Order: sequence, then structure tokens, then C-alpha cells
Amino acid sequence: MSISVFEDPKFLDELRGQMLKFATQQMSDVHLAEDAVQEAMIGALKNANSFGGRAALKTWVFAILRNKIADVLREKKRLINASSLLEEGYDDEAFSALFDQRGHWNPDEAPKGWDNPEASFGDAQFWDVFETCLNGLPPQQSRVFMMREFVELETEEICTTVGISVSNLHVLLHRARLRLRDCLEEKWYGGGPP
Amino acid sequence: MLSCHDATRLMSERQERELSGRELVSLRLHVAICTACRRFEKHMGTVRRAAKEYTKRQE
Repeated sequence: MSISVFEDPKFLDELRGQMLKFATQQMSDVHLAEDAVQEAMIGALKNANSFGGRAALKTWVFAILRNKIADVLREKKRLINASSLLEEGYDDEAFSALFDQRGHWNPDEAPKGWDNPEASFGDAQFWDVFETCLNGLPPQQSRVFMMREFVELETEEICTTVGISVSNLHVLLHRARLRLRDCLEEKWYGGGPP
Repeated sequence: MLSCHDATRLMSERQERELSGRELVSLRLHVAICTACRRFEKHMGTVRRAAKEYTKRQE
């Protein structure tokens, strides 16, 4: 299945079109968008054989793209000093809501019981929610999460590729998992015993 | 005594590195008395298996 992605120019072409549209919207610059899409596709398709399904491959390619876009916007922001909706501010806010100042769960945010969670794996709607939650992660978090959990890369390889320290990686993965868990509970598993 | 925040951090890091004996003991003590973190621990397993399943899933 994974090999056939390369043998299916129509799929790649459609994917490229969707990426270009998304990147152009985000960056308001066709040339920058084309560069980002090109780089993201080359980077992402190196690991294409980790993916049996096309939906997951698409999510992965878009995660790389969002990350590239964020890099470019961050650079732009530094140059023109415009305010922009980048991940840092957002993240602290969402993150600190989970715990109180002493690091204990805020009552509303404490994990609830999930009833037979893996039974949901057979439900197509669950995977839509899973995808939505993945795409809701800040770009860098989703990228390292997917490198770790989809491509199954080890710490060292991720740190080298992304250019971050081991402790940075631990922080990003911790936040990604907290957020993803929270999102799945809110959008899918909620309603269990408090 | 670990906070819940620290406990979730160790439960996350355990998926990338081996915890020290000291870390393991303090994590076990915390999880023994904290229902929310016990659930978090289970949910981490679910999230990891879901990610694996998602990459394999044929749409």
C-alpha cells in the first residue's frame, strides 16, 4: 500500500494542490508557499513507508507543512516585528489551564475514566476526531509527536532532524500528549464517571 | 511528593527513556494515591496504540 503512493500521480498531485492552497492562505505569498510545499513533500515522503493508510500519510505531510509555515512566519515576524498568532503564547495558556499553581489537576481538567477505549478503534468517526485533535496541536508539537509515534523514530534522530535538545523534545512530547488526551476526552470519551 | 504535573511528565518521558529508580518509586507512590493520574497512565497507553492503529488504518 505504501509503495503505491509513489505510483499514484493523481493522489500526489491532489495532495500537492491541497497543500499549496493551505500554504498560500497561511502565508499570503505564492512563492513562499510553493517552496514550503516542496520542502514538506520531500521531507515527509522520506518516511512514507511508515504509513499504511493515506489519511495518516496526509496528516503527516500536513504536519510537516504546518511546521515549515510556522518557521517562515516566525522568521517574518522577527524581521517585521508584526504580532502574529504563533504557538508560544497560545500554548502556555492552554497548558496552564490543566494544572493549578501547585501542579495538581484543576478539578474540571482531571482525567475521567474511559470506558473500553479501544472499542472505538473500529469506529470511523473516532478517527475523524483523532485527526481533528492531532491537527489542533501546535505545529512543532504535532511534528515531533508524529515522528515519535507514527514514524517511530528514537530520541536522538528526532532531536537531530528538528534541531532541538533532548529536554526540549521531552517537554514538547509531554505537552502534545497532555493536549491530545484532553482533546480526545473532550470530543470523544467524555461522559465517563467523574 | 510529586505533583500531578510532574507525574504526567514522568509518564510521558517513560515512553522515550528509562526512568531512574528514584523516579520510578516516586511515580508509583503518586499513582497509588491519585485516581486522576492512574487514569492518565492508562490513557497514555490508549493514545500510543491509537497512533499506531491510525498509521495502519486503511480508509
